[in-house]
Amino acid sequence: MHLSPDELIFWQHGFFKLNATIVFTWALMFVMAVGSRLITRKLSTDLKRSPWQNLLEILVTAIEEQIGEIGLRDPKRYLGFLGTLFLFVALASLCTVIPGYDPPTGSLSTTAALALCVFVAVPLFGIRERGLGGYLKSYVEPTFIMLPFNIISELSRTLALAVRLFGNMMSGAMIIAILLTITPFIFPIVMTALGLLTGMVQAYIFSILAAVYIAAATRAAKPKPEPAPST
Amino acid sequence: MDNMTLIAVASIATAGLTTGVGCMAPALGEGRSIAMALTALAQQPDASATITRTLFVGLAMIESTAIYCFVVSMILIFANPFWNHVIAQAVGK
Repeated sequence: MHLSPDELIFWQHGFFKLNATIVFTWALMFVMAVGSRLITRKLSTDLKRSPWQNLLEILVTAIEEQIGEIGLRDPKRYLGFLGTLFLFVALASLCTVIPGYDPPTGSLSTTAALALCVFVAVPLFGIRERGLGGYLKSYVEPTFIMLPFNIISELSRTLALAVRLFGNMMSGAMIIAILLTITPFIFPIVMTALGLLTGMVQAYIFSILAAVYIAAATRAAKPKPEPAPST
Repeated sequence: MDNMTLIAVASIATAGLTTGVGCMAPALGEGRSIAMALTALAQQPDASATITRTLFVGLAMIESTAIYCFVVSMILIFANPFWNHVIAQAVGK
């Protein structure tokens, strides 16, 4: 039993190790990139369209709608980042139905990388929306005393994002591995189904939390009072 | 009891205790939040989308404390640094 797919090494040459995490991550990236390229190669706007185009349209519009509901203005701007996060984590947990597959999100290095992406993206989006001064000012609100706490919360929520996803995925794989040794027939299937559910929920939560953090960084702290209509 | 046995006993007992307590408290919290969310849903079915989304995000936050406990107990059982240290010392002797 291994704790993470990092320990499963396929090929090694000196310092360079090709472990299961890297292999499955690249496989997922390949499937997603090539799949979306193939689907979007011939898009149609009339009534007759391929089922795959419908699938992608459902996904994109649903993600866009969810981002809009969080309170981010102009959801299209964040669709690329948040949608990619959601699709990657969701596909990583959906593929657990394939035998011999380890979810790459069950490794702390993958989830840490995803969380670091969020950690970097939040200030970037915040600065783009509010300017450098406006974004930095959000650290000293409501008072200057809150500065260290704001910085700590920035760091700790990144850690929480990484460990939450890692723990959920790793615990799913671990529970199935333990159950396989105790009751090898029915129960692992039930737990796999439960793992699929928690995987989707975790993908949803990861992207929703990223959206909430971005929304908090881009939102102007006090909406400027509307100028009185001159009559 | 030598050092190895002591560390093994402490690790295993602490791992069980960590998961036990770490499941209990978040379970209480999650049950409470779900109960409140159901009450809110019954009172305002129109706001179900917002309530459900907030509930899920909140549940994930609460759940992550349980996950932290689980990760700590997994580290204690499978990747215990103290155990590895003692083993390394025993091998080096």
